[in-house]
Amino acid sequence: MHPARKQRLILVSLVVVLSSTAIGLAAYALRDNINLFYPPAEVAAGKAPIDRTIRLGGMVVEGSIERSRDELDTTFWVTDYKASVAIRYSGILPDLFAEGEGIVAEGRLDEQGVLIATQVLAKHDENYMPPEVAAALEGNTPRSAAPYQP
Amino acid sequence: MIPEIGHLALIIAFVFAMGLAVIPMWGAVRGNSAALNLAPTLAMGLLVFVAIAFAMLAVSFLKDDFSVAVVAANSNSLLPAIFKFSALWGNHEGSLLLWVLILSGWMAAVSWFSHGLPSVMVARVLSVMGMIAVGFLAFSLLTSNPFERLLPNIPLDGNDLNPLLQDPGLIIHPPLLYMGYVGLSVPFAFAIAALLGGRLDASWARWSRPWTNVAWGFLSLGIMLGSWWAYYELGWGGWWFWDPVENASFMPWLMGTALVHSLAVTEKRGVFRAWTVLLAIFAFSLSLLGTFLVRSGVLTSVHAFASDPERGLFILIFLALVIGGSLLLYAVRAPTVASRINYTAVSRESLLMVNNLVFTVSTIIVLLGTLFPLVMDAFSLGKYSVGPPYFNAVFVPLMALVMPFMAIGPLSRWREDSAARWLHELLVPGAVVVVFALAVPLLFGGRFNVWIALAVLLSGWVAIGVLKDLWRRLGVGSGYGLRWQTLTPSFLGMATAHLGFAAVVMGAVVVTQLNEERDLLMEVGDVEFLGGYRFELTALSRQAGPNYMADQAVFEITQGDKPIATLIPEKRRYFASGQMMTEAAIDGSVWRDLEIALGEPVEEGAWAVRLQFKPMVRWLWLGGALIGFGALLTVADRRYRRQSMRQSAAVAEATGLAG
Repeated sequence: MHPARKQRLILVSLVVVLSSTAIGLAAYALRDNINLFYPPAEVAAGKAPIDRTIRLGGMVVEGSIERSRDELDTTFWVTDYKASVAIRYSGILPDLFAEGEGIVAEGRLDEQGVLIATQVLAKHDENYMPPEVAAALEGNTPRSAAPYQP
Repeated sequence: MIPEIGHLALIIAFVFAMGLAVIPMWGAVRGNSAALNLAPTLAMGLLVFVAIAFAMLAVSFLKDDFSVAVVAANSNSLLPAIFKFSALWGNHEGSLLLWVLILSGWMAAVSWFSHGLPSVMVARVLSVMGMIAVGFLAFSLLTSNPFERLLPNIPLDGNDLNPLLQDPGLIIHPPLLYMGYVGLSVPFAFAIAALLGGRLDASWARWSRPWTNVAWGFLSLGIMLGSWWAYYELGWGGWWFWDPVENASFMPWLMGTALVHSLAVTEKRGVFRAWTVLLAIFAFSLSLLGTFLVRSGVLTSVHAFASDPERGLFILIFLALVIGGSLLLYAVRAPTVASRINYTAVSRESLLMVNNLVFTVSTIIVLLGTLFPLVMDAFSLGKYSVGPPYFNAVFVPLMALVMPFMAIGPLSRWREDSAARWLHELLVPGAVVVVFALAVPLLFGGRFNVWIALAVLLSGWVAIGVLKDLWRRLGVGSGYGLRWQTLTPSFLGMATAHLGFAAVVMGAVVVTQLNEERDLLMEVGDVEFLGGYRFELTALSRQAGPNYMADQAVFEITQGDKPIATLIPEKRRYFASGQMMTEAAIDGSVWRDLEIALGEPVEEGAWAVRLQFKPMVRWLWLGGALIGFGALLTVADRRYRRQSMRQSAAVAEATGLAG
């Protein structure tokens, strides 16, 4: 084979092998590491899977935050004004976590439908609402809220 | 009055940008040298008026003019003056103005330092940058006017700057990052100008290269500072989150890394030309994409200021025009500038190609993970997020793949080299590194950690490649004395940046593997042990700051009998916004950081506290700084100045305006 062509062949095969390996790896890693967002209404309706990591977001229900006395466990409810879901989290909550604020939590649902959160994200400034939460709340008003029962 | 002057200056700047985008380009096409030579003047005019607009906005901030909407929303009369100034770019409108200011700064720099270049080239470069300025100034004036007034209901006081942004890091992080982001427009403009002129030769690469290095250096420093800021200001000890906004700045950096290396090949050997041009286009396109991602409000992030969809649409259209237009031009022009392959598989060209492949693929991987949620959302297929495990699973092996080649690169020869020679050069140092890799992990806590062994192996290998090259250049042992003159700025820059990369890898792996953290409840008198240190909470108190009230906790840290540090973490409540802020306290050293953050008061006298022991975390930022300074150092190389002089003489003779 002509050296220049051989050269090009090596080059092309290298590019193909490396990029397909990387893309394959990426697709594989992506499959296990994408987390779908569910509004509380869908979780309450049982549409969210219980065996994998999901994201759940909404407004923290007024008066629903319960802190454990001697550990860092916190339980609170989030709502999209259609339904409410309980979230349990162990650890330090973000500064802007508070009643009536929009948050997103990441974790797995347990058998009782409580989200065992590994991470709780609050907004970074007071005018800002996480886009998922904003979309989940769209059209719902506090008046149409389903009764929240702790 | 002052905001109106600023607004007027911004409009005049827009007119200058329009002139710059059209007149010199027309001159280049028609061979009208009067029109061509207008480019530097127009660029200066643009800089002056953007600077006036910027200064007027700064004055509005410093004088607490709350009739200006941006000032009212982002400042407060109690805010310390330095933060009033930096609040200017702590919001959408102001940061856009900073973007344009830095763009005009780069344009002025191009016109100052390009006396050696043919005037038609300078005209085209400045004109392309002028087009970008038109886009951003239009964006600013039409959708995000920073000088909008709140009349007649002027607020008595401002809303205050987000407390997270009231930090010295914010004063320098955005400008540095923008220097890098926007600086990538220079190689982009050079690439477009070269495509337009049809002259993609080694001299083009030589002109473009120092600009690329500087821009990439600033981008490195900006990203490094961002990571550092997140580490101490967000308060939770993380240093990289694979947050979409981080990715937005990281993608141009990855592509820029490929570009910096590819330009080296194009300059020295005249090959990879079409590829280099493509990389220059992509790198800047990713900068624009990053700006879009951050500014359109599609992301959940500290950087995503509240915004409206109109703005997102504007940037999206602009993005489509820039990327589409330049790729179209590339498709039409690039085949005419393709080069023949005249190197073998074992050569420096091939090694640099490996670099380019790895960094391009890495960019695609990060891009995929960043855009996937947006694409799914756009097609209403659900709201997904892609977590850090995805990025780690793909990105880490790719970086590990490139490192073995990094050591050989600096030692290798252009065109044709031999594997036997590489073996000869690196066998002994390689063996030493392997011994280190087996021994060093035992120093950390006794248990053999295979990841740390790998990190020592790969980082050590990269470092040894650099040192061996240094050794060889100096001619150690040759008997003729040390040849200091061989240590050119471009060599030193490369060596510094490569050592910096090795340091980043060491820091990242060690802190990930050996990090210890604990969240717990503590009262005064409680003691906790972490990483061999004793943490005692000795006091709680309340202190007033200039615009906040702080709860403070005093921790005495000891190791054995030796006092190590007194750390005072704070929990602040800002008066104006009522926002809470965690101010972590850190005792840092080269080998380990101890970080304490206050969570919240849980019951009488007890606080939720997070204690962290982070070994070698500083290597990350030290390494990042070395990468950035290394890149900046390369421009001191005399060959750029000398050759551009020589070049100019030759070019002036050989080509007329049509060149």
